[in-house]
Amino acid sequence: MLEKDTIAAISTGLSEGGIGMIRISGDDAIEICDKIYKGKQKLIDVESHTIHYGHIYDGDTLLDEVMVSVMRGPRTYTREDVVEINCHGSVFLLKEILSLVLRSGARPAQPGEFTKRAFLNGRIDLSQAESVMDVISSQNEIAAKNSLRQLDGHLKNQIVSMRQKLIYEIAYIESALDDPEHISLDGYGDHLSEVIRPIMDEISKLISSAKDGSFIKNGIKTVIVGKPNVGKSSLLNVLAKKERAIVTDIPGTTRDTLEEMISFGEFSLHMIDTAGIRDTDDKVEKIGVKKAISMVDEADLVLYVVDSTFALDQDDFDLMEKISDEKVIVLLNKSDLEVKVSEEDILKHLPKKKIISISAKEHTGLDELKEEIRSMFFSGEIALNNEIFITNERQKFSLEEANRSLSQVCGSIENDMPEDFFSIDLMDAYESLGKIIGESLEEDLVNQIFSKFCMGK
Amino acid sequence: MSVVEETYDVVVVGAGHAGCEAALACARLGLKTIIFTVSMDSVALMPCNPNIGGSSKGHLVRELDALGGQMGINIDKTFLQSKMLNKSKGPAVHSLRAQADKLQYSVEMKKTLQAQENLTLRQAEVSEIMVEDGKIVGAKTFSGGTYHCKAVVLCTGTYLKARCLYGDVIEYTGPNGLKAANTLSASLEKNGIELRRFKTGTPARIDGSTIDYSKMEEQFGDERIVPFSFTTDPDSIQKKQVSCYLTYTNEKTHEIIRKNLDRSPMYSGVIEGTGPRYCPSIEDKVVKFAEKERHQLFVEPEGLSTNEMYISGMSSSMPEDVQYEMYHTVPGLEHATIVRNAYAIEYDCIDANQLYATLEFKKVKGLFAGGQFNGSSGYEEAAAQGLVAGFNAALEVLGREQVVLDRSESYIGVLIDDLVTKESHEPYRMMTSRAEYRLLLRQDNADLRLSKIGHAIGLISDERYDWVCKKEELIEKEIARVKEKNIGSNKKVNDLLKSLDSIPVTNGVKFCDLIRRPELSYDLLAPIDEERPDLPEEVREQVNINIKYEGYITRQIKQVEHFKKIESKKIPAGIDYDDVPSLPVKHRTGIQNFGSISCGHFCFVGIFGTGKVSKIIV
Repeated sequence: MLEKDTIAAISTGLSEGGIGMIRISGDDAIEICDKIYKGKQKLIDVESHTIHYGHIYDGDTLLDEVMVSVMRGPRTYTREDVVEINCHGSVFLLKEILSLVLRSGARPAQPGEFTKRAFLNGRIDLSQAESVMDVISSQNEIAAKNSLRQLDGHLKNQIVSMRQKLIYEIAYIESALDDPEHISLDGYGDHLSEVIRPIMDEISKLISSAKDGSFIKNGIKTVIVGKPNVGKSSLLNVLAKKERAIVTDIPGTTRDTLEEMISFGEFSLHMIDTAGIRDTDDKVEKIGVKKAISMVDEADLVLYVVDSTFALDQDDFDLMEKISDEKVIVLLNKSDLEVKVSEEDILKHLPKKKIISISAKEHTGLDELKEEIRSMFFSGEIALNNEIFITNERQKFSLEEANRSLSQVCGSIENDMPEDFFSIDLMDAYESLGKIIGESLEEDLVNQIFSKFCMGK
Repeated sequence: MSVVEETYDVVVVGAGHAGCEAALACARLGLKTIIFTVSMDSVALMPCNPNIGGSSKGHLVRELDALGGQMGINIDKTFLQSKMLNKSKGPAVHSLRAQADKLQYSVEMKKTLQAQENLTLRQAEVSEIMVEDGKIVGAKTFSGGTYHCKAVVLCTGTYLKARCLYGDVIEYTGPNGLKAANTLSASLEKNGIELRRFKTGTPARIDGSTIDYSKMEEQFGDERIVPFSFTTDPDSIQKKQVSCYLTYTNEKTHEIIRKNLDRSPMYSGVIEGTGPRYCPSIEDKVVKFAEKERHQLFVEPEGLSTNEMYISGMSSSMPEDVQYEMYHTVPGLEHATIVRNAYAIEYDCIDANQLYATLEFKKVKGLFAGGQFNGSSGYEEAAAQGLVAGFNAALEVLGREQVVLDRSESYIGVLIDDLVTKESHEPYRMMTSRAEYRLLLRQDNADLRLSKIGHAIGLISDERYDWVCKKEELIEKEIARVKEKNIGSNKKVNDLLKSLDSIPVTNGVKFCDLIRRPELSYDLLAPIDEERPDLPEEVREQVNINIKYEGYITRQIKQVEHFKKIESKKIPAGIDYDDVPSLPVKHRTGIQNFGSISCGHFCFVGIFGTGKVSKIIV
């Protein structure tokens, strides 16, 4: 990836409300913005360091009313041309406008990349190098973690296996180049085509699934907790409108966690149903309980489900203590039956938490729950991590890059290019895929060459 | 007791491939230089394979030549057979390899050293380095001679505390039964230099008169020989070449090896050193690649004045009797007589992380190191480092700024950068896959890439440099002309295309696009390019490559520009990296020792461990 290309990112948190800002930096920043902005003047014609009122259009569709700042390098943060689009900070709009900017020729910024550019372009003083490096590396770490965390285990395996196939082929080519008298590349192009076509199909499928959002667990991480058999799985099923979790009357049925994406329009809940939490001797169940508790720590929002037909007991008290510092909504389930738990009982242990009576069975109280989540989200009380969206975009971008590189390989094969040209683009594809799972090249290649192919002398 | 006491500018320890280049560079830069060897008969000795060059190693030799080194000239004088490897592949991986007459190679190099002004060649074992206040002040020999100097270049190769092994036999010698250097290690350690043990090996030499060549495939050299040195006139070296032969191991060979594995010191645990994976012994091959039914062997001549043949592909440390048994299973070697046994050799060397990229020790000012001592392997790798260590030692003595070659301009840069920054657990061999900008680092353009540096150092003459500048100009002008040119569709054009199995053109095309067709080239299209100026072959070659692979080359140039930008960002020395919490602790100490380094470097060794610099920052 080159310094000169133009990068974009949402520069304000996605949840803060009010005004949101998208920053674009690079040689084409102004040109890209002109493609989507309509105002009195083309931005390319305006003076540097001025602000302009206008509208953002996606084709003919009006997206938002905006103020756009145009700053030409080098008197900018990155010393490159910078455009900042200030719009109405709805999460939905920010995402839409960023997508539009990316479709118009920018690429999603890497974490800390604006700062990196500022540094590389001499904007930041040498004495600041230390802290810059710190920011960059720690953000890389976060991005890598995010990328991984949001990646479904199955998808990760898929990417790992594609990479393995690619590195094997690269190593084969390279070992033949290093040791042409031992390893032959006769007819290799045809073989390589057969290997990479299916990989390209697989990547294309991943790209389309990334587009419809199912690729990334992209939502507010919401964990459902409660004692066994209080109706956690039923709640998940009702919210997800399908019979996913096994619902029985036997306590402890859900022994691992179940997950579901639930769309709220502008945002989604990444909802996780956990094993019922109680003091137990059952080994398998114990693991589930432990996992449930650890999930609470990572959650953005906790839904605590109580069976209101039974009085609170020690398991409830323990659990409430564990979640008392989290963002919690308490759900008194089975409100259609005879109720033995009151709001006061809960508030004694969880003061100031929102409490809603529901019946997962009769579907009552659910609208109130949704409304509460919605208002917590828009008030900024719970936040969709800004990183999540950009991570999704980056991963999609990396997949597209990988496919571009692989089609270059196909082009090289068709054009009868020598084999050493194949490995250049194969390597790029391998690295692009590596970015998704947070792995770089390291010594992979040399190790592969030596372990897979018998070399020389 | 009086001892010999002399004063020099530079002392070079060891007269192998690294030492010779180092000494010549220093002497040619006008410094009074002495080079020590344990034996006058082992100057530029080739104790293992009888060839120079090969994939990516050929690149090193061409680069060395462009910087004013000797190896290319020396092999051009003494080769027996020459081949351009990978000719069917892209120009980036074309690589020259020549079979050498080992004795002649050594003799020619010795002559060159002895004829060199300012240079003294002396047989003696250096046993001590003299350091005062962290600065080198001289070296002492085993016989007590004292040599005062301002810089020392260590090129001890595989001689330090060397021992050779096969079966249960251990000989405490250097390669080829030569005297090992047993005293210097202690002096180095006393001065804070950490040593480690590496291992490598060599196959047996066989009496050529006992080989049945009719059972092997004869391997010829190229019809038209390309010289290694840019200064060698190609016409002057066209000659009758000597053949090599190809044969194979078989199941029987492998069986014998498997049966006797416990008698190999490699497997019985006697050998402590780490051996190279790219140059496995036949034992290793049989164990690690058990599914392979046979392994290729090349039988190569060692020289015109001996009948010894080198059995490439079958290095071993098996006992003598097993060696006989296994070589005899190979077609053509049934009745072969071994002249020299195969053996493994263990020796002291350093982790080159103790060096700056100038190849000077971080701990001792004025102490430089090059070659196998730095943990590399191969004559070419050694020579390349020797040259760099040598000219930097000279530049330091002269009070001039030292020179660091970077990864984007040469394989030598990649080699040294890898050695001084990356972790390595085996002798390092150059490989084409290690050079991330290899499309630009071709063997054909080494002079264009590096002559400027060689000239600035003072190792390339004005005359030679002027020609490179002129050549560059001719190439640029011709590329510009070709890019403007369009070709119409006419009979002459289409007749030529048809005769070259290329699809005729119906409309006008850009001339460049024709050149880019795989079956065509700049030269082949000469008949339809009337205005073409008369240009030397080396210019035409550059024009052809630059046009044909323009897309790829442009991409790499952009990557390099980016790399340079990162590289040029110096991070000041004296930063306390312990204050950088996100930096993994294991990298902090390493980087602490670097002093002022570039940002690219920082990323390279610090945050990302090993990886491609270009990919790191953006």
